[in-house]
Formats: sequence, structure tokens, C-alpha cells
Amino acid sequence: MTTALRIITPGLSTTVQDLGRPGFQRLGVTVGGALDPISLGAANSLVGNPVNAGVLEVLYVGPSFLVDADNARLSFVGADAEIEILAHASAQNGEAVSSMRSVRVRRGQVVRVGSLRNGATLYIAVEGGFAIEPMLGSVSTDSRGRMGGWRGRALISGDVLPLHRSAATDRDEYRIEGLDLAPPCRVRVMCGPQSDYFAKTEIERFFASEYMVGAGSNRMGMRLEGSPIQHCRGFNIISDAIANGSVQVPGSGQPIVLLADHQTTGGYPKIATVISADLPAIGRLPIGSKISFTPTTIEEAVAARRKLAVDIEEINRKIIQITPPNAVVAARLLECNLISGVYNAAA
Amino acid sequence: MLEYRVLPAGDTALVVEFGDRIDQKLNAAVLALSHGLDAAQIPGITETIPTFRSLMVHYEPLELTASALVGQIEKQMHNLNTSASVGHVWHLPVCYDPDVAIDLDDVARRTSLTVQQVVERHSAPTYHVYMLGFLPGQAYMGEVAPELSLDRLENPRTQIPAGSLAIASAMSCVFPLETPCGWHVIGRCPIPLWDHGRATALLAPGDKVRFIPVSIREFETLTTGVSQGALRLEPISEFVGAAA
Repeated sequence: MTTALRIITPGLSTTVQDLGRPGFQRLGVTVGGALDPISLGAANSLVGNPVNAGVLEVLYVGPSFLVDADNARLSFVGADAEIEILAHASAQNGEAVSSMRSVRVRRGQVVRVGSLRNGATLYIAVEGGFAIEPMLGSVSTDSRGRMGGWRGRALISGDVLPLHRSAATDRDEYRIEGLDLAPPCRVRVMCGPQSDYFAKTEIERFFASEYMVGAGSNRMGMRLEGSPIQHCRGFNIISDAIANGSVQVPGSGQPIVLLADHQTTGGYPKIATVISADLPAIGRLPIGSKISFTPTTIEEAVAARRKLAVDIEEINRKIIQITPPNAVVAARLLECNLISGVYNAAA
Repeated sequence: MLEYRVLPAGDTALVVEFGDRIDQKLNAAVLALSHGLDAAQIPGITETIPTFRSLMVHYEPLELTASALVGQIEKQMHNLNTSASVGHVWHLPVCYDPDVAIDLDDVARRTSLTVQQVVERHSAPTYHVYMLGFLPGQAYMGEVAPELSLDRLENPRTQIPAGSLAIASAMSCVFPLETPCGWHVIGRCPIPLWDHGRATALLAPGDKVRFIPVSIREFETLTTGVSQGALRLEPISEFVGAAA
């Protein structure tokens, strides 16, 4: 018997992601990894995985997939979305499942994730994880480098993602409470490394402006639209390395925040860098939303990083067992299955 | 001691910058500092990324403060030995046949040279590998002869094949994977610069490269040899310090 998730519709851009493959940027290898590593960790914790196990990262529009395993435990963490479990592939309606919880699904059932609301990302973890060979220590999909994940690309219809477990462990379901995943309207940055390519007035303009996340944004970078930033020494620099969260300003003057899949090196001046503690939040920011930048110091940035590390530790304490509601869901699913069985017989 | 400045790149990386130009001496300093920091195995440094004229140092600020890291960099700079690095000399076969060199005629036109002259001038120098970046295993090699120096294409191509040899300004690159590209494609290299299976790069910063022109038939033979696993390119020689 196979144990797999069979992709029926892939969604807009669904990829396997973990915490990425740091350590090989000197070879030109992108780090990648989840845009929002906090949600990734929470999704894994809900199904009992190590926090850095590979999960499905959904952008904007979710996938639908068939469960081809005796049963499996899934969890959904991130933006709000309509998530349904259908009794079989030709069922029209299914049982709604809320996100921020784990749920058990059975062979033949179909999970359908709709459009995301109030956020760009949703993470779907499966207990035991995907049976995918890590590359350079990671199962993250690097689409540009064509490595990792499922065949080095976003999922397409017909993909069969093998699972490590053929059945979920017999236990109650969990949900997570009080985890704030609202996309930010303001993130903190440190100036540099190339803030000397901009006059003081232009740096002030950058901090005073509100930008809109543009339609060209993707896992490589968030293209901002708003008040253009002028360079005082041209917009070409000798290519140098790029850090996660770098805010580069190309010739158009419209800043680009470089995200997880950014290339390792680039040739535009970088006015500022988003601090590490605010990177998971900016990863949730959807196209069309507004964002502003606040300058901060290294001391504040490190304090924020320390606080984030504590907050991540706390996530486990926000996970609560949900025995009775789960029993109800299971009963309803069973009912739903039986009813559609009757329908099928009649057809 | 070489002049340098340290620039913040957020709270988990900083940039050690040696100047504002593409220069082999500056690049040697970048590589020497990179080797020095790697060899020192300083707890808290997670990754160093050498580029043309600067080194990015990634660190864990909860383990190593920025000021302590700057102190470690100062210490390395006092003892910097730019002549101790080991490199390899490579002879890379390249096919300049118009069948695989889509921009060769255009480059000849833009530079007012014949196709033959473009090939001769491009394959004459020994190139220095400044850095790897953009794609896995992609080496930036310089310098291209001044008469071949061209700005990037006005309209970048959405896709060029893996192995494409292309030029822009003073640099030559062999693009290891199929990729969008705004450079001028003047040839194709049958030797993979990135080994997907073993996740290794053929070239390293500091290496020296000569391009050896091969015919389209030789190119096809080499491509077949590589795909059958029968062919693996070895360096011509190893050197310490500045290469011949």
C-alpha cells in the first residue's frame, strides 16, 4: 500500500519547505525555507513533528489533495482559509475544518484548501513528515536552483508526495490558542549596508512613507510601491552578498524586500535590512497590504531576537488537547462518508 | 594593513568591505579573511560569503555580539596573509559555434569585430574566479578583454540553456542551470559547473580558468561523455598564492 498525498489541484504556488539550507551561500546556493518559520514550527508541533520538519507552504490559494494512506494527521497554521475534508474525490461538499489545529484524515478523503484571507501563507504539516530525501540538509524547494522539495519545483496536479507514516498515532487532536499571526503594518529595520548611497532626506522619506506590497511579489522578494527613493551615487554597486530582509533599491526607486528565496548576490544598493525578529511577520504580508519601516538599533534588534526565541519556546504551552470536539468531527465525517456512499450506490 | 570598513546587514550579518572596485588584490583579501575566519572556528559565526570586494559574515548575535565579531575581524586583519590561499587552474572546453552561441553574431556586430576575433579575444586570457553566486556553482570570471565589454541586454531573455557561456561588462559566466538572463550568450560549456547529485561546485573563488574552444562535434562528444558519467574534468594544476 502506498502512503502518500496525491495532489489534485496544486493551488497558486505550493512548495515543500522547512527552515532552509543555510551554509552553502558561498557556492551560490539559496537558503530558502518557510517565509514564516513560526507558523512552520507551530504546524509541526501540532502533529508532534520536530519544528523544522518539511511541510507544505501554501501561497494565497490552497491545494486539494487525496489522502492515500490508512490515515494521516494533518495540521493547518497560518492565514485564515476555508479548509474542507471531503469524503471522496467526487464529493461536492465536505466538513469544514478550522485552521490552527490538527485533524485526522482517512484513505480516500480529499482535503481542499481555499483562498487565504488576511495573510500570504498557510502551512500544512503531516505527522511523520514527507519521505523526501534532503538535499544539503534540507527538503526546502529551491525553484531557481531546481533542488530540494518535490523535484525542485512547486507542486503540480498529479504529484504524489510520499509520507513517512502509513497511519497516524492513536491520540487526541490538538489546537493552538493565542498565537498572533496577524500580518504587520510596520517592521523594524537597521540602516545599511549601503545607506551611504542615499541622501539623508531620502532615508527620511523611506521611513516616513507607507508602501503597498506590489503584485510582482514572490518568495524571492516583496516589491513595494510608493514614494520612490532617489540614489545619490547611482543604482549599480559591485555585486555583493544579500542578507535575508535586505531592502534593495533598484533604478526605479521602488524598494524590494528580499525574502527567503533571494539570490545569494546582487548589484543594487541596500538602504536597510529588516531585523531578524520581524522576518517571520513580513513573510505573512500579502500582496495589496500596506507596510512602513521603523529604524532601530542593533541592541533593540538583538533584544527582539531574544524575545522571539522565548516566544517560540512558549508556543508549545499554547497547544491544547481537544478531545471531545474531535470525537464529534470524526463522527460527522463518518456520517458524511456513509451518506455519500448511499448517493453513489443510487447513482 | 589593508583599509576596510564594516557595515551592518541587519542583526545577524555584517559586511567587511575592502573597496569599491573589482580588483584581484581586493578579492585576494576577501578570500584570505574568509579562510582566516573559517579556520579560526569562532563560535557564533555561521557562514561567510566571499564576493568581489567584500565578505559577508553571518553570525548568531545571541552567541557572539556584533562588537565581539568586529574584534575578531580586526584580529584576523592584523595577520592577514593574502598569498597563502590554494587554488586550481582549469581548462574549460567551450563551443563557440553559432548553433549554441545565440548572441555571437550580435556581439561581433556590437563590438565591430569578426566572429573569429570575438572568439580569439574571449579565449585568450586566463580568467580569475572572483566569486560564486546567483545560481549554484555559478562562477564570475574576469576580466573580459576591454573591446568585448558590453552592457547587459536591453531586454533580458526569459530562458537560456544550462551551460551557456555569457559575457557582460568585464565578466564571463557559465550559467550552470537554465535561467532567465540579460547577458550576451557567446558559447556553451559541456562540463557541468554544479553537480546536482553531490551538491558540489566545480570552480572555487580564487581559481584560474582558460576557455579552450572546441568544435560542435567535440562539444557533442563531451556532452555525451558527461551524461554517461564517463567524463570528469580535473584541474590542470594546483597553485599557492598568486597564480601564473
